[in-house]
Amino acid sequence: MRYLPKSPADREAILKAIGARSIDDLFAPIPAEYRLNRDLKVPRQMAESELVDWFRERSRENGDGYATFLGAGAYYHYRPVIIDSLISRGEFLTAYTPYQAEISQGTLQSIFEFQSMICELTGMEVANASMYDGSTAAAEAVMMAVRLTGRRSVVVARSLHPEYREVLATYAFHQGMPVATAGFSDTGRLDLKELEKSVDQNTACVLIQSPNFFGTIEDVDAVAEIAHKNGAMLVVSIAEAVSLGIVEPPRQADIIAMEAQSFGVPLGFGGPYCGVIATREKYVRQMPGRLVGQTTDRNGKRGFVLTLATREQHIRREKATSNICTNQALVALMANIFMTIYGRVGLRELAKQNLAKAAYAAQQFGKHAKVLFSGSPRFNEFVVQTSEDPYAINGRLLGHKIVGGLPLKKFYPELGNAALWCCTEMTTRTIIDTAVGLVAESERSVKSAKEADVEEVAR
Amino acid sequence: MTYPTDFKYTKEHEWIKASGNTATIGITHYAQESLGDIVFVDLPKPGAEMTAGKTFGSVESVKAVSDLYAPASGTVTEVNGELATAPEKVNKDAHGSWMVKIALKNPGEVNSLLSAADYEKFVAEEGGH
Amino acid sequence: MKSVTRKATRHVNQNEGLIFEKSSAGKAAWKLPPLDVPEVDTQKLLGSSERKDLGNMPEVSEIEIIRHFTRLSTWNYAIDLGMYPLGSCTMKYNPRVNEVVSRLEGLANGHPYQPEKVSQGALRIIKTLSECLIEITGMDAITLQPAAGAHGELTGLLLVRAYHQSKGHPRKKILIPDSAHGTNPATAATVGYAVENLKSDARGMVDVAALAAQMNEDVAALMLTNPNTLGVFEQDIAKIADLMHAKGGLLYMDGANMNALVGKVRPGDFGVDLMHLNLHKTFSTPHGGGGPGSGPVAVKKILEPFLPKPVLITKADGTLGFEYDRPQSVGRVRAFYGNFGMFIRALAYTLANGPDGLRQTTEDAVLNANYIRKGLEGAYDLPYSTPSMHEVVFSDKLQGKKGVHTMDIAKRLIDYGFHPYTTAFPLIVPGALMIEPTESESTEEMDLFIEAMRSIAQEVEEDPEMVLAAPHTTRVSRLDEVAAARKPVLRWKPS
Repeated sequence: MRYLPKSPADREAILKAIGARSIDDLFAPIPAEYRLNRDLKVPRQMAESELVDWFRERSRENGDGYATFLGAGAYYHYRPVIIDSLISRGEFLTAYTPYQAEISQGTLQSIFEFQSMICELTGMEVANASMYDGSTAAAEAVMMAVRLTGRRSVVVARSLHPEYREVLATYAFHQGMPVATAGFSDTGRLDLKELEKSVDQNTACVLIQSPNFFGTIEDVDAVAEIAHKNGAMLVVSIAEAVSLGIVEPPRQADIIAMEAQSFGVPLGFGGPYCGVIATREKYVRQMPGRLVGQTTDRNGKRGFVLTLATREQHIRREKATSNICTNQALVALMANIFMTIYGRVGLRELAKQNLAKAAYAAQQFGKHAKVLFSGSPRFNEFVVQTSEDPYAINGRLLGHKIVGGLPLKKFYPELGNAALWCCTEMTTRTIIDTAVGLVAESERSVKSAKEADVEEVAR
Repeated sequence: MTYPTDFKYTKEHEWIKASGNTATIGITHYAQESLGDIVFVDLPKPGAEMTAGKTFGSVESVKAVSDLYAPASGTVTEVNGELATAPEKVNKDAHGSWMVKIALKNPGEVNSLLSAADYEKFVAEEGGH
Repeated sequence: MKSVTRKATRHVNQNEGLIFEKSSAGKAAWKLPPLDVPEVDTQKLLGSSERKDLGNMPEVSEIEIIRHFTRLSTWNYAIDLGMYPLGSCTMKYNPRVNEVVSRLEGLANGHPYQPEKVSQGALRIIKTLSECLIEITGMDAITLQPAAGAHGELTGLLLVRAYHQSKGHPRKKILIPDSAHGTNPATAATVGYAVENLKSDARGMVDVAALAAQMNEDVAALMLTNPNTLGVFEQDIAKIADLMHAKGGLLYMDGANMNALVGKVRPGDFGVDLMHLNLHKTFSTPHGGGGPGSGPVAVKKILEPFLPKPVLITKADGTLGFEYDRPQSVGRVRAFYGNFGMFIRALAYTLANGPDGLRQTTEDAVLNANYIRKGLEGAYDLPYSTPSMHEVVFSDKLQGKKGVHTMDIAKRLIDYGFHPYTTAFPLIVPGALMIEPTESESTEEMDLFIEAMRSIAQEVEEDPEMVLAAPHTTRVSRLDEVAAARKPVLRWKPS
């Protein structure tokens, strides 16, 4: 086996050195009746070239070369090439969690920079080293609010990513945390009246997403006021990190639970992504996940260490703030490099292009179909309601090597034939026009079919 | 280290100094020494109820957390706020750095705790493990 | 903090500052294509939601970014540089072809919501990996959704709870040996179970008599790491499984040490009802400085109805798809389908090995641990003489007499060019030195390691002060962790 640095003679020599007759001696502690005396039924050993071919074939079967209008918590942005050049360095790729600070300064300093930039972008005071993803970060942020307030119930916006809500439901169920849902109004924003009714003295936090699942930017001030006057915390989930380049961050939030996938992390069919929790300094001891802090060595030289570790499972065990151990360090490094590349000016310009593309597309779609929630500000996603089932339209778009917007029936049946469309800097005007053309065609044919029906009836 | 004789002690290494219906509580010199550099002290808020033998807070070093056990039952009347920003005071002077003051529920409870001499004997045995 | 200007000689000597300290207005490492749609009035579109300023985000050029991160990287130790004997962490070689195939366009750019019709490649990867892992563990079904080992534990205990609930009562507690990883009790608490400790016997194994006494109808499951954290195979596993099952409890196996068993024995055959795997340990996906991981959970038939949704199925027309209608499911544990990028790497590893390679890998891992054990016996105290599988745990008892402890020896090891072993774990060994070489080490590398460790033992006798002050050759010396925790500085701010 090509990964194993031993010759048969080496193995014999080791057996001899340790005083074993054969390798079986070493497995003697395993009761004989359980030992596997056959080959595992897995595919035979492949050469590297065969391996690459096999995966190339899978890649071709997986929408290779398709343009996409999908967003909904996973965004297609350009990834500058130096991200992969840098994270492929063995010193980053093949290092462990930086517990041994003296020989992990590279990882530690880069995480410190990551935490700092997340703070700058979110307007929070502290950020952790990463969580699994945006959905689990949101659930963990809610559990953090429960610990901080000593209250148990949670109010969640229905305009939060449906799968994030499902994850929260899974986590909350066994913690005995009642979860209430507050709907959205016809502006696409959280229904404040409904929120007002749902929040009470038992509410630990209100959890919203902004820009929300429909791409609409929430009125965070108003939501914060309702939460805070009831002594509840406000947790804001941000699924599209690029929005932070041009959308005011939810500074009134007590905890922000983010998904940083948009920052240079490949779509990768849903993962690995990069969750982050950011909050106020006074709440840091209830924050889950690893934290890097600045300190000095014996000679007074600046250095970095993992700190406030007593919150974590390897020390506090069943009383830990979370059971999280492995996080998403290498993915956080991708995000870190991405944020460094775009920086103070680039991130705003990038966000502005997203805004412009989505505005153009929404306007074009709006000429033929109904664009919902158009009264509220939005970032790079919008909802289009068509007369025809969006699955049918998407089927035709696939023929043009275009993946259309996400049909929302599964998550929001009340919206009928609606689909969530996303445009990023990667979405060209040509592709937008093609998609709009197909939607226009669909509307025309539905309309003429209807007219034909009407004539039929009239006759 | 000499252990003040007007204090009473627990096997969990807290000291308590009672006077009438009130008492002051901290951790012993032995406790701070075994913990090492204390980086954080987590204490209840005034008004909180404490029950003898139950935890009421914790002290943390870089890589360990120790629960604080109430030597006696009562209501917290005052918390040493200084320790929030200067936990190292406990290392410097454990018997001088009180953590909470409480109104005792049953002042007689304190009498059953270890005397300075008994406690010294106890830590000598524990240290010998 | 301004660093002294000087020409660097060695990377380790470079004083690379924080990226913020290199920033100045007008520098850029980005360029966007011209906008092909009309410009927008951001104020009009966003109103009061418009952000005007991005605070202290850096402005730097591309070459500065390359140098910055390359320099930082040189301050890290890595598997690529040498032996990384962290016990329990399984720091094995991370094959490079895994990285190449996971970046193939269709896989890297696949959107989780793209139609199943154009997702057959990704679904085939999930299916093939699932089948391999089911075969390797000897279980009946699997979910790949959990994002890491601890997340797998969480999923596993949710399954345990749902299973007992379906029988009328979720039960109250989880038994956990005192040698377990901290994630086990932390997870049990997250799922709303009380934790009851189970003590180890003199051999470092589960005390079967204690288990028999503690097992009752309140116990939902036993979380057992096998081989355990001492690197010892639980020889009474059959009795343990029987004791659990007799009272209706489940046997959960923490698969952190599965690399000692692959191809040699299957947990499903020795009575395990469910287990998680760490793809970033046994299946070679890179640790990346702390993640990402992936923690699939494999289960027996009785637990299949409760698996997180969606579940991968083969449809009537032979194509693959997800099934969402799972009424007994515990729900979702994360958005989308799991850390797919790690599935690609784990599958590439499995295919590169085949049945013969997987078995040989396990044998070599066990062979190497025993070689290290033999090499260090005598120089370090071996608290448990029970046979070792893939790792061996020594203690600092001998060195402690000179005031030198496991962390000091670990720091001195850095000066010899090795990453330290795992210190102070498992908790049942005071002053533990937990060493796991994995199969990736050659005899030459192990000989160097043994020599270094023996030499340190010698140094402890002759010059303990020197060991206590180690490391001596790193860019920074021992860091003040107390100050870091007392007055946390968790972000950069302009001075």
